[in-house]
Amino acid sequence: MSANQWTIAAARDALRKGEISAVDLTMSCLTAIDAGDALNAFVHKTPEIALEQARAADARLASGAAPAMCGIPLGIKDLFCTRGVPSQAASNILQGFRPEYESTVTAKLFEAGAVMLGKLNMDEFAMGSSNETSAYGNAVNPWKVDDRMLTPGGSSGGSASAVAADLCLAATGTDTGGSIRQPAAFTGIVGIKPTYGRVSRWGIVAFASSLDQAGPMTKTVRDAAIMLQAMAGHDPKDSTSADIPVPDFEAALTDDIRGRVIGIPREYRMDGMPAEIEALWSRGIEMLRDAGAEVRDISLPHTKYALPAYYVIAPAEASSNLARYDGVRYGHRAKLAAGDGITEMYEKTRAEGFGPEVQRRIMVGTYVLSAGFYDAYYNRARKVRSLIKRDFDLAFEAGVDAILTPATPSAAFGLGEMADADPVQMYLNDVFTVTVNLAGLPGIAVPVGLDAQGLPLGLQLIGRPWDEAQLLNYAHVLESRAGFVAKADKWW
Amino acid sequence: MAIDIDTARKVAKLARIRVEEADLPRLAGQLSGILGFMEQLNEVDVTGVEPMTSVTPMRLKRRADVVTDGNIQAQVLKNAPDAREGFFAVPKVVE
Repeated sequence: MSANQWTIAAARDALRKGEISAVDLTMSCLTAIDAGDALNAFVHKTPEIALEQARAADARLASGAAPAMCGIPLGIKDLFCTRGVPSQAASNILQGFRPEYESTVTAKLFEAGAVMLGKLNMDEFAMGSSNETSAYGNAVNPWKVDDRMLTPGGSSGGSASAVAADLCLAATGTDTGGSIRQPAAFTGIVGIKPTYGRVSRWGIVAFASSLDQAGPMTKTVRDAAIMLQAMAGHDPKDSTSADIPVPDFEAALTDDIRGRVIGIPREYRMDGMPAEIEALWSRGIEMLRDAGAEVRDISLPHTKYALPAYYVIAPAEASSNLARYDGVRYGHRAKLAAGDGITEMYEKTRAEGFGPEVQRRIMVGTYVLSAGFYDAYYNRARKVRSLIKRDFDLAFEAGVDAILTPATPSAAFGLGEMADADPVQMYLNDVFTVTVNLAGLPGIAVPVGLDAQGLPLGLQLIGRPWDEAQLLNYAHVLESRAGFVAKADKWW
Repeated sequence: MAIDIDTARKVAKLARIRVEEADLPRLAGQLSGILGFMEQLNEVDVTGVEPMTSVTPMRLKRRADVVTDGNIQAQVLKNAPDAREGFFAVPKVVE
């Protein structure tokens, strides 16, 4: 096994014992990245920064006081602003943008000694479920069962592809409606979206500010615990980040879940759900029951309305957040014709800079916020959001500790297969994940099995607010019992 | 609710995104589809329900109203497509 295939936990231990240097570990990943161009996961490579950080990590390791993430090579989603390094949210409108500042998450990771290998592909402004809206072109899933190239999911598709293909040990992702959990499930890796407010959003390009959260995408649940530890915590620069203590996530992985109550929401058993997903879910239920958990049927009655509420609220917030891309302060500005004024500059710049899905969402958001429709759409959606959150509150008050659901309604699909579909068809990918963002809860996707074609399938666990520690523990039980060790056959 | 071509044109204008006349029918169709999907929300009884303003029940932090940053004009202008003499430059605005 070459070093790029290691987990964070294994690399941490080997680095501390001096069995490998951070420079050699980083070189192993850089070699894998250069051999992995067919995946189109890394869109800006930063080998010089990586080696400089790795050398600093080696010095720190030699001093004997290195944190867990010291020397760990990571990929960073393009949505994170990284100082001096292109950060364009996979959009042409941010072409050439090199931030003069560092996002809080990357700053914390670098302070902990982590190494940045480069920036990762994603859907434009994180709007998509297949990584097909990216200005960099599609990222490709390392899993392949026939001639078709498959989507790694989205929006954190490059992150998922890079981790699943062992181009890096782990990656950052962000999740507004499922953008960490769906690609994790499509590629057979682990992805956790923390409680809203657990991780600072400062320096992350905003999509829908009341829903966005960053989280780790890793090979194992233990790695997710280690990396989330380094990412989480209060940040005075994000007024919505919670000023509460961050527990020791790795220490919570006791595998003791006896007597814990796992809720199974009947509304997630959708009409037309593939039998394989249904069977996977039943297997997951059995695994948790075998480990001593009490499994209880529950009802989350407003589940059906989560997707339409999400597709009002997220575009509304996006239309406001993306108003800043006007060709004045950063990024692309359209070439103007003689006599063009400032309005033409805005309109041409935004038409050239934004891709079709982003344009659509901005316009939907503009419409639902416009005079005359604000109450009918936006306020109604926010009321439904309150009801969705109340469904979860009631379940937790009744003693439920966590909720088990499928992560996605299908395995990874072929790139281009949805090209002619109605935009709403693509939105259905998020059916099991958006509720969690609307309610601000932590959710984690864990790989549990392969479908008949041989593609990975995942389950989702949803936790109580701020209870990532126990959520990771449940996920660890599921992971150990599922024993998912399959890797994509290397074709790239 | 179906979006007609005039509404699509108006929304594009409000969003400051240029859409060619020939592309408006397709856009109107797509927006109608998406908004049609949202019509399901009308089935929900929201009587007496407060619209959510904050997903976690917390009061926003406050800090003293003092300058915490500044004197970084060069950094602020660094990424501007057109910056001159310490300012962002835009086409002439005559109202």
